[in-house]
Amino acid sequence: MEYPQAVPLKYGINPEVCLKLTKDKCGTCEEVCPANAIDYTQTEKTLILDAGAIIFSPGFKPFDPSKFDNYQYVNYPNVVTSMEFERILSASGPTMGHVTTFPKLPLNPKKKADKLLAEKRKDPKKIAWFQCVGSRDMNKCDNPYCSSVCCMYAVKEAIIAKEHAGGDLECSIFFMDMRTPGKEFEKYYQTAKEKHGINFIRSRVHSVTEDFDTHDLQIRYADEMGQIVTDVYDMVVLSVGLEITPETKALAGKLGIEMTANGFCKTDSFEPVTTSRDGIYVAGVFNNPKDIPESVLEASAAASAAGDALSEVRDTLTKEVAKITEVNVVGERPNIGVFICDCGSNIKGVVDTAHVTEYAKTLPYVTFADENMYACSQDAQDKMVEQIKEKKLNRIVLAACTPKTHEPLFQETLKSAGLNKYLFEMTNIRNHNSWVHKNNPEIATQKAKDLVRMAVAKAALAEPLREEKINVNASVMVIGGGLAGLTAAKSLATQGYDTHIIEKKEVLGGEALKLFKTAQGEDVGERLAELVQAVTAHDKITVHTNTTLENVEGFVGNFKSVLKTGDKTIELEHGVAVLATGAKSSEPTEYGYGTDERVIRTLDLDKLLKENDARLAAVNTAVFIQCVGSREPLRPYCSRVCCTHSVDNAIALKKRNPAMDVFILYRDIRTYGERELLYKEARELGVIFIRYDVDKKPVVTIEKDGLKISLNDHVLNRPVTIDADLLTLAAAIVPRRDERLANFFKVPMNDEGFFIEKHAKLGPAEFATAGVFLAGSAHYPKPVNEAITQGRAAASRAATLLSKKDNLFTSGSIASVDAEKCSSCGVCISICPYSSPRFVSEGRFEGKAEINGVLCKGCGLCVASCRSGALHLRGFDTNQIFSQIFALGEVV
Amino acid sequence: MNSKKTGSVVVIGGGISGMLSALDLANSGFYVYLVEKGPSIGGVMSQLDKTFPTNDCAM
Repeated sequence: MEYPQAVPLKYGINPEVCLKLTKDKCGTCEEVCPANAIDYTQTEKTLILDAGAIIFSPGFKPFDPSKFDNYQYVNYPNVVTSMEFERILSASGPTMGHVTTFPKLPLNPKKKADKLLAEKRKDPKKIAWFQCVGSRDMNKCDNPYCSSVCCMYAVKEAIIAKEHAGGDLECSIFFMDMRTPGKEFEKYYQTAKEKHGINFIRSRVHSVTEDFDTHDLQIRYADEMGQIVTDVYDMVVLSVGLEITPETKALAGKLGIEMTANGFCKTDSFEPVTTSRDGIYVAGVFNNPKDIPESVLEASAAASAAGDALSEVRDTLTKEVAKITEVNVVGERPNIGVFICDCGSNIKGVVDTAHVTEYAKTLPYVTFADENMYACSQDAQDKMVEQIKEKKLNRIVLAACTPKTHEPLFQETLKSAGLNKYLFEMTNIRNHNSWVHKNNPEIATQKAKDLVRMAVAKAALAEPLREEKINVNASVMVIGGGLAGLTAAKSLATQGYDTHIIEKKEVLGGEALKLFKTAQGEDVGERLAELVQAVTAHDKITVHTNTTLENVEGFVGNFKSVLKTGDKTIELEHGVAVLATGAKSSEPTEYGYGTDERVIRTLDLDKLLKENDARLAAVNTAVFIQCVGSREPLRPYCSRVCCTHSVDNAIALKKRNPAMDVFILYRDIRTYGERELLYKEARELGVIFIRYDVDKKPVVTIEKDGLKISLNDHVLNRPVTIDADLLTLAAAIVPRRDERLANFFKVPMNDEGFFIEKHAKLGPAEFATAGVFLAGSAHYPKPVNEAITQGRAAASRAATLLSKKDNLFTSGSIASVDAEKCSSCGVCISICPYSSPRFVSEGRFEGKAEINGVLCKGCGLCVASCRSGALHLRGFDTNQIFSQIFALGEVV
Repeated sequence: MNSKKTGSVVVIGGGISGMLSALDLANSGFYVYLVEKGPSIGGVMSQLDKTFPTNDCAM
């Protein structure tokens, strides 16, 4: 068994070490297993599966640094990999979340040598992270690419290590370029520096040596001035890269999938999840190194690609889920079961959960209480179903983590036990308690008891609630006719849904119309034209150009939008909406932009290259300045695409005229993934990279015979001046900040004006508003392949909803009106942000308020505003809230 | 070669990508076989403690 939350949670026998299987000895497990589950005779079986498509997502392996003799990972007990450090930080890891030296030793070692070492164990005071171990390295290994995730995870590990170890832990990250080009990543990096005091040292560490006695680690490196520095650390974490295993490469070879030289899948920027083999799609790190949200997007995108190919055989092989009949508990005396979760050591490390469990048993109506190490694990869930049935429990209280992520899971558990899912109350004794009061365990235990008592008081009054069925209009509105929008529309139309594209400009294509080539060299103009052609010709797609959105009403499955084309308005009914409004290049306010035609933006250079402009022939020296308007207090984010774009254009210039001098002035080069190969190629072609600091920016003087660009050279450490005749500024990419659109769909934007997705990791292509999806640079700046991936991902997420047809339900926890008490004042109607309450137009209660259950989000605004006490929020009724408050006031 | 399409998909790899691909496909009307070499699904993500930039629990 790998870990407590493993799915399925079953023990397995490792055939390589099992004595019975290898030497026909032992056999103890068969004798002791009470369930007779051990069967040594099982052998490998070959199954033949019939499938219409394959999704290949084999993943990666963290790089093994054993062969790096300068870091001595194998021999030094305090040199660990970043993956091992993740386990050290984890409550379910070998040190149970305690950051300690000698982490690889067992907690209570038995061997004599281990015992001696364990005596030297201490809480580290200084930890160093070495970046790019097994990445961007052709000397000690053969991985020239950037692994894309290590900079961010190292920052995260350093922050969490400080949280675990307390304030005086010193964390230093040794890096080459800090690569934090994802959404909210740059802010995280700045917070790590400024708030958490993590040191960032730009250097590749030469070697590590160990003190024979203490096992402290001495490291040697050259600082930015070229001075050799030696320093002593208690622990070193090697930030290992991502690597494709030989087994994966062999399997991919067997499947006939083409790979890059580094063993990643070869894909086209315009078909980013399609392998070279028909019918096989790809997702995750095998399709280039990437983080979780990118993997999640590709997962959905691959599903959309497979869905496109198989749309006519949808629903042919699926089966209905057997429904479990709900037990009627109305009128029964409450029989409350309380489940307390330890969350590994997350809760139990602070709260005395055994005591809270015993306490729960003494509360009114509680007939059963139990404690679980991980209540969300499969075995705990199964046990819970059994306990509910056996003890005839009819109300369930769970004291654990946050309902935001885990309530649906436990509600499913209730359903499997035959209970209405609203007979459930979850209280958060982790985020609201053990995490915030970790230094006061006694008070935390008391608070857990209070929270449980309140939850029990509320649960006693819980009633089963009913969910209304929603009919889904199977048509789609896509807002924005750029790459992401076009891709989403094409996929959904191919899957059989009527799709409308709303584009405010005259032509489709968006910002991509201005691009020259992708990072992989595809001609954007050509490929975009093909996509536009396919979309325009599709009989399920209606294109509305020169069109704006004037109003949106309705809710998931049943939106009604008003479109305006010229002075004509039409009303469009649709079940879902995809927001793909894109982003644009900003107007720089520095480096002489706008005062001289030799100072241009990246997209202007693309135009020159695209049109093979004669101006380029006259250029002898071209300079690029990166981060113009990005990564500054005004725009504290990285625009993600500019490094690759400038490097790519620099290569294009060098290839046109090898005699041209090309300089790129940068802060960190962020050519993530295999884009790193472009950076390497540019240097090989003679492009010169000079790093500048944000507080010492290059100075541009415009003179008649040329541009003079002065800055401090980071290698020579002295000022240099470049005489240039073309200066290209990598201008920040800015969102459109469309407040009106955000209001129409009730979707949020972040400080900079990018839309905020449902979940940063697990919901990157959708909004918290049901039925509204998100794709492209309106989410965050992104290159062609990522915009297309997200377009497909949004389509896939939308398809899961559209294909449900009549299988979609509202929440049961919505407002309701006691018409007898309603005074028809109309406050609820004016206050509701979702337009759910309305006046009854006929019958006995004419003029009284009623609630449209499909629109109601259960926010409770109307309930609080009702002066007659006529409004109730199901599941949060006044008596339930008061019972909680009274329970809090009870002295224990 | 049989030209009739089959309404099922094989997903190779039970990491975060494979699991979510499988879920999207199953939720949109396809039968899915999720194939994983190891004894449990979850992949590398389930070994992580927390995730950046939100510091959410990776489980």
